[in-house]
Amino acid sequence: MLAFNFFGATEGGLFDINATLPLMAIQVVALTYILNSLFFKPVGNVVEKREKFVSNNIIEAKNKLSEVKKLEADLLTQLQSARTEAQRIVSEAENESDKLYKEALELANNEANASKEKARLEIESQTTAARDQLSKQADDLSELIVNRLILEK
Amino acid sequence: MFFNSLLTNFAALEVGQHLYWQIGNIRLHGQVFLTSWILLGALLVFISIGTKKMENDPKGLQNLLEFLWDYIRDLARTQIGEKVYRDWMPFIGTLFLFVFVSNWGGALIPWRLIKLPNGELGAPTADINTTIALALLVSLSYFYAGLSNKGWRYFEYYVHPTPIMLPFKILEDFTKPLSLSFRLFGNILADELVVGVLVFLVPLILPIPVMFLGLFTSAIQALIFATLAAYYIGEAVEEHH
Repeated sequence: MLAFNFFGATEGGLFDINATLPLMAIQVVALTYILNSLFFKPVGNVVEKREKFVSNNIIEAKNKLSEVKKLEADLLTQLQSARTEAQRIVSEAENESDKLYKEALELANNEANASKEKARLEIESQTTAARDQLSKQADDLSELIVNRLILEK
Repeated sequence: MFFNSLLTNFAALEVGQHLYWQIGNIRLHGQVFLTSWILLGALLVFISIGTKKMENDPKGLQNLLEFLWDYIRDLARTQIGEKVYRDWMPFIGTLFLFVFVSNWGGALIPWRLIKLPNGELGAPTADINTTIALALLVSLSYFYAGLSNKGWRYFEYYVHPTPIMLPFKILEDFTKPLSLSFRLFGNILADELVVGVLVFLVPLILPIPVMFLGLFTSAIQALIFATLAAYYIGEAVEEHH
């Protein structure tokens, strides 16, 4: 048989169409059902389940992120108010302590002044007393001297 | 003298020879079924192993199968459309896998080492019966898809956008299966013949690039067949406004 016997042969040939055709079609249809139950359905289930899982996770993560942002903003305002509050308290305490200090200082000053005054008065009185005594003694002495002088004469 | 020997050599390629199986009154091309059973068996074994233990965190074969699934889904979705692609994805995927496995199996496995009493083993898609069977299934599918989705309104497609299109659209129903089957048949058979002749004339090295080209063509043909089948179905279910 030579190469020219390709076409149109009743027996053999490239275009020999026979019952192979319908049987092959049936085989392919059967293969479609087999592959559907063996490959497309199970793999599709797994892949789609995972896709759902991933998209759910993304949505959840987005929700959580927005929640976190909200909480962050909340915390920031709280922090801000706490800071101003603290500043207020600190300045108040500073004022208070300042006042107390001043009061204590004044009190101490007054006390010191009073005791100084008292001491001065005491010193003065003692000085006058001593002076009086001295002058009295001087008088006595002068009298004594005078008496003695008179008596000698 | 040279031509004579060349012709005998061509004859030795055994083009158009078949291994006939006689069952009652009908005759079958046995080599087509033998190779298709071996290749489909391998495919099914491969898939069963890969899908045996499916995990949410894919490993090994499951990865490959998921990639394949994703590839087929993308193909079906882009051609058929979001609405009905799920119904047709197994069919499109089966066409793709069948043609791809047949083409590559025919090109990669050294079938010639197995001697048959008549004919020789090869890609099942290099037999006109197989490709016509596939093409007719595609034709039935797109008719069924159109009719089941749109009912009698499917035939609006024939006069869309103008009734002038009617004869062309009717002609298309014949040219679609014809071009589908002959494109696949011609490409795969030509590839087998070219490789066969080259191996016969220059048995060393020279056929290798042609073999690689053949692998490329085989993969492309599988993709083209599946894409066109999906496109025809998509065309049939598409809503005109």
